[in-house]
Amino acid sequence: MSVPAVQCTGVTKRFPHTSADALHEFDLSAEAGSILALLGPSGSGKTTALRIIAGFEAPDSGTVEIDGRLVAGPGRFVRADRRKIGMVFQEYALFPHLTVAANVGFGIEDRSVRGQRVSEALAHVGLTGLDARMPHELSGGQQQRVALARALCPQPSVLLLDEPFSNLDEALRKQVRREVRDILKFTGTTALFVTHDQDEALFMGDRVAVLDQGMLQQVATPEEIYHTPGTRFVAEFIGIGDFLPVHREEGRLTTVAGTLPWPSETMAEGAEVLLRPDDLTISPSESGQGIISDRQFQGSTYLYEVALEIGRTVRVMQHHTRQYDVGTKVDVRLIAEHRMACFVGGERVE
Amino acid sequence: MGAMQTTVPQTGGLLRRMLGLGGVPHAGRRRAPAVLWLPSVAVAIAMVLPLVYLVERSLDGGGEVVGLLWRMRTAEIAFRSAALVAVVTVASALIAAPLAWLTVRTDLPLRRFWSVVTVLPLVIPSYVGAFLVVVALGPRGMLQGFLESLFGIERLPDISGLWGAALTITLLSFPYTLLSVRAGLWGQDPALDEMSRSLGLGQWKTLWRVTLPQMRPSIAAGSLLVALYTLSDFGAVSLLRYETFTWAIYLQYETAFNRALAAGLSLVMIAAALSLVVLEAQARGRSRYYRAATGAARPASLVQLGPWRWPAFAFAAAVTALSLGMPLALLAYWAVRGIAAGETVELLWGNALNSVYASGLAAVVAVLAAVPVVVFTLRYPGRVSWVVERLAYTGFALPGIAVALALIFFGARFATPLYQTLALLVFAYVVLFFPQALGAIRSTYLQVSPRLSESAMSLGKSTTSILWRVTLPLMVPGMLAGGALVFLTAMKELPATLLLSPIGFGTLATSIWAAAEEAFFARAAVPALLLVAVSAVPTAFLILREPRRGQ
Repeated sequence: MSVPAVQCTGVTKRFPHTSADALHEFDLSAEAGSILALLGPSGSGKTTALRIIAGFEAPDSGTVEIDGRLVAGPGRFVRADRRKIGMVFQEYALFPHLTVAANVGFGIEDRSVRGQRVSEALAHVGLTGLDARMPHELSGGQQQRVALARALCPQPSVLLLDEPFSNLDEALRKQVRREVRDILKFTGTTALFVTHDQDEALFMGDRVAVLDQGMLQQVATPEEIYHTPGTRFVAEFIGIGDFLPVHREEGRLTTVAGTLPWPSETMAEGAEVLLRPDDLTISPSESGQGIISDRQFQGSTYLYEVALEIGRTVRVMQHHTRQYDVGTKVDVRLIAEHRMACFVGGERVE
Repeated sequence: MGAMQTTVPQTGGLLRRMLGLGGVPHAGRRRAPAVLWLPSVAVAIAMVLPLVYLVERSLDGGGEVVGLLWRMRTAEIAFRSAALVAVVTVASALIAAPLAWLTVRTDLPLRRFWSVVTVLPLVIPSYVGAFLVVVALGPRGMLQGFLESLFGIERLPDISGLWGAALTITLLSFPYTLLSVRAGLWGQDPALDEMSRSLGLGQWKTLWRVTLPQMRPSIAAGSLLVALYTLSDFGAVSLLRYETFTWAIYLQYETAFNRALAAGLSLVMIAAALSLVVLEAQARGRSRYYRAATGAARPASLVQLGPWRWPAFAFAAAVTALSLGMPLALLAYWAVRGIAAGETVELLWGNALNSVYASGLAAVVAVLAAVPVVVFTLRYPGRVSWVVERLAYTGFALPGIAVALALIFFGARFATPLYQTLALLVFAYVVLFFPQALGAIRSTYLQVSPRLSESAMSLGKSTTSILWRVTLPLMVPGMLAGGALVFLTAMKELPATLLLSPIGFGTLATSIWAAAEEAFFARAAVPALLLVAVSAVPTAFLILREPRRGQ
């Protein structure tokens, strides 16, 4: 296997006057040419991780390697300007006193190639012809692309993006993130980007790393993250999910909504199963075990919230033709035929 | 590859930890580069040098100074100073607060015009104001002459003393409060006023219950400037024979020649200045210092004055006439009289050039010294930068005469080659006015996101290169404003100039003073007019720079 573009090993960081590690024993490896999303709620340590990789913060312990070169570790700290990284900030941070061309060419020392490289970078992001504009004369989406072009222009080993789309409005965001993904793939750039938006992480990332309270929860493909979450936190954070207690009876696993579609002799006591809204279905029944407590219209589907007799609530997705009123007594049934994730406490069990 | 990396030892040195600079790998903050912290620490030390030396000097006489201070009617001097400060500060606030509100928030006729001209009295030095007061309102002044021709009044009550000094200083220093309150009003969120109106309060009740309470911090901040200005004023109180700290110190130094006692008095005055700073912090209370609220882009809707427009208009006109119109008219009149009587302007060019040269040097040095301090204190928070920032503001509470005395002592004892040189004068200006440069540059730099430096760093630029190519260009507006402020104030500065000017180095300030002290008013008027004219240039620049939201 080739050398990873970024390799973090056991990185720990605590800020002064705080009682917990902002980042604890953080391990991460990003393959060259791939896009890795760092996903987590605010305060989860994802931005700290990015800033440590960039060289704006130094880890308390652990090592960081970029392209196989040790850039932070015991007795060694390479400053950000010598790490060959590219950075795109949430607020873009375009130099307000410089033109678009001067911004994009800022990182190119060699004057003989600067013009050529700036034109190329601007062409990549589709902004050819705007060279002479000042940053304040551009729209938000254009500023974001200039920031991207500026970071890509020196051909960094890895591109780091900190919440790059959060300053754009909803409609523009979807369009821009597709464009950015295409540009990164076209240029073969290794990219690490931080986001708190799961849709964005699942769409953009070849792989997704989920963080919570400074600890890495799981690194996997978007599909694995969604379908087989590694911890209960990931299960709750990604998508909609509810939990029901699981009982083992003669090699079969049962819940109040029915039997799970696989046998088990070993499932621990007290386990709970993760159910997505499309794993369940409901039908009106006077003898049902739940009552509809809420209904959200979502266009082609309804999302029902059902309060179960056992005191739990589950959310169930139904086709828009199946319209029931709040207060209807319903029977909840498991219809999924795939294996689902089970947890005891916060940990995944088989 | 080795040359590409900066190696930092895992365990930081003891000294470095004591200085709060912490080694990079474990301190959680980046270490400031030497190009920043070295000059910053040097500047901070230079700023407190005069203060430290004053203390050392007054301790020289052992307990003797304390005894002398007790005998010397110090309490009386302190009481007189306090009375003057109190009267001027209150009077300034009473003029400035309504004027600020009228020019920012109401439909006062000629609003823009008033907001410019009411700031202009700042260019008139207090010693010029004082001699004009004596000339116009003195026992046998112009008013008396006018009244005599009408009613045969031969003598007016003496204008000297507390009321004359208070009148003079109030009319010249209220713009400090005005500027502060206006900035505060611009920063207020207009949505608050609209909210109040939507809750059913009329515009006058809104003024009283919403706008005015929010003006409190900016009134306190402006009043502090006025109070410190009054306390350290030397020109007006000397010409109007009102013995406050500054004049007492000057007399002690010039006549009695007891330098230890002068130093002791200076320390007492500095203590008074510091207590004013503390008092302001208390008065400001828990409300936040005025700062432009983010997103208050919409101008507030103007209060309709209705029939009150014309009394308001008269108020603005009266303040302008007294503080600017009359002084300029009187100056022009006496200058013309002086020239008719054979006063020459030619001799003054040299002095004008000296004024501009010394003040210009001070402005350049102050700005250059302020830049590293601003970057260091804002970007590298820590114990060292905390101390540096506090020390850098020392000059704010140091009266000119105290700094001048300290430097004279220092120059005479330790730096004889510097004694009586331009360098020492410029250094005094820089110590005194450094906070102005610092404040202007700081507020510009606060708007420069740290992300910009980090972007430049991620693009492979070194710290020095970032300073030149990103930080400095973005700080230029603040540097110009700070330089203009220092220049303006240094041009007017009297006691430091009087005590520290090299022999034969006359300035406009010293020539005005020499003439006014001898009551040669016609002779004083010409350089005074010249001084005002030169000061008008940086003032115009500063006024054009003032934000015009709410227009």
